[in-house]
Amino acid sequence: MSAAGEVLEFGAGVPLSEQGPAPTRVVAGFGFWLFLLSDIILFSALFAAYAVLSGASADGPTAAELFDKKHVFLETLCLLASSVTCGFGALAVVRSDSRALYLWMIATLVLGAAFLRLEASEFARMVAAGAGPSHSAFLSAFFALVGTHGLHVTLGLAWLVIMLLQAATLGFQPMVARRFFCFALFWHALDIVWIGVFTIVYLGAH
Amino acid sequence: MHPQSVPQGRAPGVDSHEAHPGRSYLIGLAWALLLTLASFWAASTHSVYAPAVPVLLAVLAIAQMGVHLAFFLHISSAPDQANNFLALLFGLFISGLVVFGSLVIMTNLNHMMMPMDQLMQMQR
Repeated sequence: MSAAGEVLEFGAGVPLSEQGPAPTRVVAGFGFWLFLLSDIILFSALFAAYAVLSGASADGPTAAELFDKKHVFLETLCLLASSVTCGFGALAVVRSDSRALYLWMIATLVLGAAFLRLEASEFARMVAAGAGPSHSAFLSAFFALVGTHGLHVTLGLAWLVIMLLQAATLGFQPMVARRFFCFALFWHALDIVWIGVFTIVYLGAH
Repeated sequence: MHPQSVPQGRAPGVDSHEAHPGRSYLIGLAWALLLTLASFWAASTHSVYAPAVPVLLAVLAIAQMGVHLAFFLHISSAPDQANNFLALLFGLFISGLVVFGSLVIMTNLNHMMMPMDQLMQMQR
């Protein structure tokens, strides 16, 4: 009952049903949140495939032999730090503080690129050692899951560059602020997916 | 919370603590670092009973996902977040069905499958 009462109190006593349509910021945020959840369902299918196939190494290298925990720890730190700098960047958008925005978002860009660099070097090392995606079902599932995450990070970085150009040319319009805000949601969601990746793929290997 | 600023719910990611807007990210970072370090420690230590390690890792990962949702995405079960929270629960429900359903079915099929050498003999 108290929860319903609180909902009615928003908008200074006007009932929820009489407040008109929700602001675009709320609608856009909710729509993007639904997209992120559908993206997480896509990843859950890849996680399921990996969990089923992780033992099917076809007498090739197994998960325990291939992965370097220190390398993964560095990748995790890069992505976590970039998630935090991205949050501070989103706060700079709220304050319309362009200097802080460029500072934090370029830090996000650099940390995201460092993550991709580490991941690319790991993939290159594995392929060079003959553990490419075509070697076994385990490696196919690994490259599909981790590669899809890396592809998301790559697309996120491209989106961030476009957003920085928009901030430079269009300024802090509501439209630009909304897009920054959706980008921040996207970036945080990728970090959540990475928690699943490093726990199941890298730490779960034994 | 200012009543006029949230006329109809809140978009996911919007912080309600206006006094110290950056604080939730720092708290989230501290928790996330702690849980990440605990995960990597649990995976490499021998002081935890070995069969319990996967369970411990799962608990730490779920806790860290919760930390990210609460402190970075600012999702909560507050009344003005009902839509976001219900969508999250539905997403988790579908993800759970996909992952656990696949695992149960594939384990079962694996269990039921005839050993490969017998299968090869039948094909001859």
